[in-house]
Amino acid sequence: MLEARTLAYRYGKQHSWLFDDLDLQITAGEIVGMSAPSGRGKSTLAKVLAGYLPPAKGSVMVDGLPLPSSGHCPVQLLFQHPELAVNPRWKVAKILQEGEEPSAELRQDLGIEPAWLDRYPHELSGGELQRVCLARALSSGTRYLLCDEMTSMLDALTQAHIWRIILNIAQSRRLGLLVISHDTTLIAKICSRNISYFEDTAIMSNSRI
Amino acid sequence: MMTNPLALDRRTRTMMVIFGCLVLFSAIFIAAWLYGEQGQVTNLALRKLPPGWNQPFGTDWLGRDMFARTIKGLRISLEIGLAAASCSAIIALLLGLAAATMGRIIDVAVTWLCDVGMATPHLVLLILISFACGGGAKGVIIAVAASHWPALTRVIRAEVMQLRTSDYIKLSSRLGKSPAWIARHHLLPHVVPQFLVGLLLLFPHAILHAAGLTFLGFGMSPHTPEIGILLAESMRYLTTGMWWLAVAPGLALILSAMTFDVLGNNVRALLDPKTLRE
Repeated sequence: MLEARTLAYRYGKQHSWLFDDLDLQITAGEIVGMSAPSGRGKSTLAKVLAGYLPPAKGSVMVDGLPLPSSGHCPVQLLFQHPELAVNPRWKVAKILQEGEEPSAELRQDLGIEPAWLDRYPHELSGGELQRVCLARALSSGTRYLLCDEMTSMLDALTQAHIWRIILNIAQSRRLGLLVISHDTTLIAKICSRNISYFEDTAIMSNSRI
Repeated sequence: MMTNPLALDRRTRTMMVIFGCLVLFSAIFIAAWLYGEQGQVTNLALRKLPPGWNQPFGTDWLGRDMFARTIKGLRISLEIGLAAASCSAIIALLLGLAAATMGRIIDVAVTWLCDVGMATPHLVLLILISFACGGGAKGVIIAVAASHWPALTRVIRAEVMQLRTSDYIKLSSRLGKSPAWIARHHLLPHVVPQFLVGLLLLFPHAILHAAGLTFLGFGMSPHTPEIGILLAESMRYLTTGMWWLAVAPGLALILSAMTFDVLGNNVRALLDPKTLRE
């Protein structure tokens, strides 16, 4: 179970808390949605949960143990912009090998064509690159996937295709999924429940415009 | 769309340009070596000849062949440029990496040094350092090497800082990669091209500044055929109508500086995956 206990974060002491005293639980195989207006701290929460940012208060636990600081993290984050999540000077083959060489079966499921392996990231489209990022994140050690607006920049057809693949893999591997999206229809369709923390809180102090 | 079958793709053209630049530079070295003593010996029978078939750049008031002297001057310029630009680039690499990775205090110190280096008028700094080092080729090299690192230092510092905060590097450590692995596989492929291109683009600066320094009389001994010295000597004879003494070495200097610029930009295009395959 991925668990956040009394989690809090803020960017520096002069800023207000983005979230405070936040509790959250995602069990293996569960698909949880999260939706809220921009700027509330959804992405920051995802980064704290995946260990990209250290929490100011509270802790993130996986099965009762804190997130490991080294080695493969069981919680993996997928970004909205895949082109920022890959080294522009690496070829796709090397990007895929960074996690754990994805099996031919996984590559085929995700529709990653062998011809892509010899290409640079800028020679792939956004949707193609997002599949590469997905394959890289799906090492055997990955137990939870945090999808931060993962398909927002893709067309509806590609979105549907990618989500179908993820849901299949999540089901067969019993992965826990946190789906962060502005698309409430998407969340209503694929998630079993919704985290409403950021929707309920009043608009944070944003007086400086 | 019709494409000309004889038209070369950009990669081939880039390779050819790089190759051409390298051939030009080796030609200068080989020619300077082949000329041997010529250009230093006086030949009073051939004094003050304008450019012609036998002496393409003319001869000076002592009958020395200006073409031989220019080639030798270029060779000295290239040697000084190589030594000074390499030193500067290595200083820039070390300081840039230190500023970006070793904490705030070092970063502030290096940034301050860069600001000081860039704010001081170049020529004043060059004259001071070369004078303090006792002049000569050594003085010129030290002066140029010690004054040309700030710009490249900033580039490397910014590059490494930007990389360290990039998503794909943080992601790499979340995939279980060690800092050493990340430095080797993520940082190096970005920093090495910056370093190489920065090094090549330092050459024209180094060459021109070295020539400027010797032109003012702060460099080599007056009988060395160095471009700056050739230009300084020609000043006295320009009024008598011997224009070729200044024009030929001056143009040769500008052309070789521009060749480095072309070389640097083509190497950059070759190393960047965005332009690599065009």
